[in-house]
Amino acid sequence: MDGATRQWETVVVPLGAFAAGMLVFGAFCATMGVNPLAVYASIWKAGFGSWYSWQNTLVRASPLLLCGLCTSLPARAGVIVIGNEGAVVVGGLGAIAAGLATLSFPPWICLTAMGLASMVCGGLWIAVSVALQHYRGVSAVISGLLLNYLAIALMNQLIEGPLRDPSSLNNPASYPLTADHRLAYFDGTHVHHGLLFGVAACLAAWFLLERTTFGFSMKISGGNVRAARLVGLPVGRIVVTAAFLGGACAGLAGMVEVAAVHGRANESLNAGYGYVGILVAFLSRQSPLAIVAVSLLVGGLLASGGMLQRAHDLPDAAITVLQGILFLFILLSDTLYGRLRFPGAKQDAITS
Amino acid sequence: MSLTRRDLLTGMAAPMLGRATGPLVIGFIYNGPKNDLGYNQSHAEGKSTLRNLPWVKAIDEASVPETVAAEESMRDMIFQDGASVVFATSFGHFDPFTIDVARENPSVQFFHCGGLYDEAKHPKNIGIYFGFIDEVEYLSGMLAGMATRTGRIGFVAAKPIPQVLRNINSFTLGARSVNPRVTTKVVFTGDWVLPVREAEASSSLVDQGFDVLTGHTGSPRVIVQTAERRGVFACGYQFDQSSLAPRGFLTGAQWAFGTVYQRVAQMVRAGMSVSNGTIPRRLTGTLKDEFCKLSPFGPSVTPQARQRVASAKAAILGGSLEIYRGPIRDNEGKMRIPAGKALQIVDVELDKMDWLVEGVDGRARG
Repeated sequence: MDGATRQWETVVVPLGAFAAGMLVFGAFCATMGVNPLAVYASIWKAGFGSWYSWQNTLVRASPLLLCGLCTSLPARAGVIVIGNEGAVVVGGLGAIAAGLATLSFPPWICLTAMGLASMVCGGLWIAVSVALQHYRGVSAVISGLLLNYLAIALMNQLIEGPLRDPSSLNNPASYPLTADHRLAYFDGTHVHHGLLFGVAACLAAWFLLERTTFGFSMKISGGNVRAARLVGLPVGRIVVTAAFLGGACAGLAGMVEVAAVHGRANESLNAGYGYVGILVAFLSRQSPLAIVAVSLLVGGLLASGGMLQRAHDLPDAAITVLQGILFLFILLSDTLYGRLRFPGAKQDAITS
Repeated sequence: MSLTRRDLLTGMAAPMLGRATGPLVIGFIYNGPKNDLGYNQSHAEGKSTLRNLPWVKAIDEASVPETVAAEESMRDMIFQDGASVVFATSFGHFDPFTIDVARENPSVQFFHCGGLYDEAKHPKNIGIYFGFIDEVEYLSGMLAGMATRTGRIGFVAAKPIPQVLRNINSFTLGARSVNPRVTTKVVFTGDWVLPVREAEASSSLVDQGFDVLTGHTGSPRVIVQTAERRGVFACGYQFDQSSLAPRGFLTGAQWAFGTVYQRVAQMVRAGMSVSNGTIPRRLTGTLKDEFCKLSPFGPSVTPQARQRVASAKAAILGGSLEIYRGPIRDNEGKMRIPAGKALQIVDVELDKMDWLVEGVDGRARG
């Protein structure tokens, strides 16, 4: 297949799937007695229509960037990881433990410790599940899913036990960080600096995959594991490292929740960002740069969920329905690659 | 930095809030779905009573998580819909979300259900409201105590936090007031919405011979349904669950937040505000203030039982029955309220409750 067709495909197929998904969602709205065009207009207005709406979108996109990478990086090395939620939770727990231990130090030391601790915790969490698959044959999908529950149980144990601030009577939470030991916000906005971590991580992931030998060997392992073994690549180490990097990103998302949003750890760490991250990773076809665009898109959709309820009286599940429909269409569209003909493009030819 | 953020946002809000001629826009956020037959629905039901006030436009958002999403939802209501009053109904919506948005929008009034307000740290435009439902639990417990044949009542609860412990204790005190041999077994599920675990716990309690079930979770829907399916009695909580158990439902303690919402709307319309103190900072109420009430009685409640509950209710309203009157021991034998002493239902001491009353089989810590 020639390059032009392939480039067309990577644009036309996802956009087509997105458009088809929006059409079906429109039909869903129509069955609820709501004008679909008005719904589209509301989604645009609430997600992207003004700088005010953009702030809302950016706030919601910020954790998705990191959580998307948690599925995307291991996927490039050939493993499906869906334990993102657990990695976010343990990352947040690692962050608060490190943060509370270093409160007496200057803020930059404290925040660095929190960041590192969260990445190590999240990274190990995912690496363990992937290592179990690679070395012991335990499906990483299953173990990742089950580890989510373990992470939540661990969180409840810690915030209702050793980390618990006794003054948090009816909403068990850890001791808080002090105000100057928290991540700041961009001046004049309600967007926190966690957004930078997400964008930087996506750029770094792109660099790793496209510009380094390790990234190249990750893609070989993911593309054809037997070929990778034949050329002598240490597949196990590559796969587990990719998993560690992905988990570290999700862990960092937990640190951002603790350090920027809550200022402490509580059960809101388990807010579902990890699961939306899986959606983001698949929508972006596991490409780190596309994750930036897709996170903004999904963030905008999430930002518009409230307006759908208030302006159109749609149920609160409407935005979840939209996400589900889009997910299905994107997965379905994967089967179209290589089957589309574009005007002006040459036919496939068998070339050497 | 926070100054510039505040200035910018209030600057944006000013022109939108300027049009005072329209209806009074009141926004509500709930943590879960509006039809959970539980805590969230009790607030949504309260909001819907505002329909009687034609000058109010009430808007709401359901399933608003306790994350930045809560902040964004409140901001949207203010900037996109022009809300001048916002009710945040879930405990976790308070700190830091309601506090931050309130600080940015000093001209908007915020009311939070059950938050721990700190005069020194928190902005002035936040009011706190909540109800004390212990007395209703006591009355509900009386019916449970009269209905049980085995003398064993099962209580499925989310977490051992003061609010929940108060309900377990007052329910048990009510049950033991009519039948001192009754014991209550508590099972903690660990979280507010865990339908599968609640069903398992309920079912296993029935297997062990407990013949009245109740609970304190986000919505005891599953507990009441399981009781009905297994042919035992059930008492509800949060919202009216009588429709779920047409045979075995006894009654339940349910919220009546419409009382609060209508009262606040009237006060705001009259030009009062929580910032200048004309609306009280803490708006709390009990059975007497109609912040909460008993659910409709089920068919198996006998006229004598109704009579007995009615006279206990009259005694509570009249002040002659105080449910936390000593001597009250905890279930480890320690005297908690000595004889001759009574704790008022609004006493802050009760907000720190970390013990279970004599007759409860369970541990207050985990």
